Amino acid sequence: MSAALLEVEKLSVALMTERGPLHAVAGLNLTLAPSRSLGIVGESGSGKTMLARAILRLLPRNATVGGSVRFDGRDLLGMPLDALRRLRGRELAVVFQDPMTSLNPVLTVGSQIAEALSEHMGLGAHAAALRAVELLAEVGIPEPGRRARQYPHQLSGGMRQRVAIAIALSCEPRLLIADEPTTALDVTVQAQILDLIGREQQRRQMALILITHDLGVVAGRTDEVAVMYAGRIVEHAPTCDLFKQMRSPYAEALLQAIPKLDAPPHTRLRAIGGAPPDPTRLPPGCAFSPRCRYAQERCRREAPPLLGEAGGHQFACWLPLAERAALEA
Amino acid sequence: MAALDALGPVERERVVRQRRRGLGVVFWAAIAWIALILAVAAFANLLPLRDPDHTALLARRALPSAAHLLGTDALGRDILARAIFGARASLGIGLLAPLLATLVGASLGLVAGYLRGWIETLLVGATDVLLAFPPLVLALAIVAYLGQSVVNVIIVLAILTVPSVARIARAATLAVREREFVTAARASGASHARILLKEILPNILLPLGAFFLVLVAITIVAESILSFLGLGVPPPAPSWGSMIAEGRDSLDEAPHIAFIPAGVMFLTVLAFNLVGDTLRAITDPRRGT
Repeated sequence: MSAALLEVEKLSVALMTERGPLHAVAGLNLTLAPSRSLGIVGESGSGKTMLARAILRLLPRNATVGGSVRFDGRDLLGMPLDALRRLRGRELAVVFQDPMTSLNPVLTVGSQIAEALSEHMGLGAHAAALRAVELLAEVGIPEPGRRARQYPHQLSGGMRQRVAIAIALSCEPRLLIADEPTTALDVTVQAQILDLIGREQQRRQMALILITHDLGVVAGRTDEVAVMYAGRIVEHAPTCDLFKQMRSPYAEALLQAIPKLDAPPHTRLRAIGGAPPDPTRLPPGCAFSPRCRYAQERCRREAPPLLGEAGGHQFACWLPLAERAALEA
Repeated sequence: MAALDALGPVERERVVRQRRRGLGVVFWAAIAWIALILAVAAFANLLPLRDPDHTALLARRALPSAAHLLGTDALGRDILARAIFGARASLGIGLLAPLLATLVGASLGLVAGYLRGWIETLLVGATDVLLAFPPLVLALAIVAYLGQSVVNVIIVLAILTVPSVARIARAATLAVREREFVTAARASGASHARILLKEILPNILLPLGAFFLVLVAITIVAESILSFLGLGVPPPAPSWGSMIAEGRDSLDEAPHIAFIPAGVMFLTVLAFNLVGDTLRAITDPRRGT
């Protein structure tokens, strides 16, 4: 494994709310090697989006950040805004959840792609416009020349997300962060967009962070998976290891909550009981303990640390599932 | 829009045509009137008009006739010529003052709404103070102090309308800056200047344009009030307001002297208001896109 492209250390994000500080991300560690892909999975409110925004320093004004984020050895949280601006869009790119709102409604899609090209790549207006059409073709938009002259509202949701991806890829970034890129799309389009992101990631040898609430989305698409709960990573492993043997009860519960195609009709879905904890009032021990089937005294008292070597199978649980099985046997 | 996409090409054309026709005869009549007034004001020197300042004491307060299409005023000056040359003053001031106010007010509102913080507090405070002044009293005071000239009238009317433009620009900016495409622009490394000019400004141009037209109407009236009070365009150059003032003395014997400029002004103000309101209705975000 080569030197890490992205190192997140003890990152914490607290949002000031009327009810006190909300710990959206609580002391999170993460490393990602160049051209590797990582899926981050978690329920709504688990802090996935805040993690992505903290990496890009796009947090709301009421947020306070602790810890460090290093990109290619450079401190993203501490660097001056000017330097950060040159990195954003150039080496670090992002695709947002909803392509209805992430494109400017009054500019043609071609000019929105060309914008990034002239800002970062120093292309002239004509060269940038030509390259924008090429990029539209690369992300699979038919008739790219005509589409480039259209406005976002003239494109379907899937096509708009392709445009957003074209903008993100325009400057050949080394890290692409896709924040729930398919949540706002039709089911049939979701797979196409995910395949497009996966294909371009392979082709361009860029690192990818794919944020989703759906374990099924990352299965087979990313090299590694990190499962988040209440602002922490509870399990982080190479994808096949994780699906082979889930260690934390939360990851297991997430997987069981996915409807199975081969299950007989009218099988009850196994939803996770209860709701995520109030992030302004986290329980003292393991944040999942109130909903965990196996929770013991210790889980409610002490939060488990994330154990295991980096790059291997890491998890944060006092009673990992394998040991539990052995215990029960 | 989604519903429109679902239609076939023929139906879509019909819907689009209906929408265009939906603006109505009144809207196009208003546009035509504005175009006419602008054209005659711009080419007044080329038109076969009498000298607007030429007095003919033998033909005072004449009714409309072949020699004077709209009659003459109390000094025997041709009312048609004065109304057209008056349009130059009234429209010139009525367009330039709002233009100046929109440039200044939009810049202030854009920066304040985008950067927030103390700049915004300062701007909101300043606009509140300025809006709390009785506008005409302020205008009279400033013109009386600076001296009576067309330039000063433009400056005064611009100062009076800057706060309302700044407010509208700030409100529109506040709504746009929270949209995700602004975050997306920041995420792709855009500078503040580029976000302001390329991402936000194009999104607030339509509401600003609609308000500009309403301001033109308000400013034409304000200018005529100043001229009526003798603090507008310096005499003997005509303006609609001063023509009304001059006709006031002979209202009972020759009402047309006051009513013709008043009517022309009424139609012009009405036309600008109609166009402005229609544009505002089209661009109203509550109608959806």
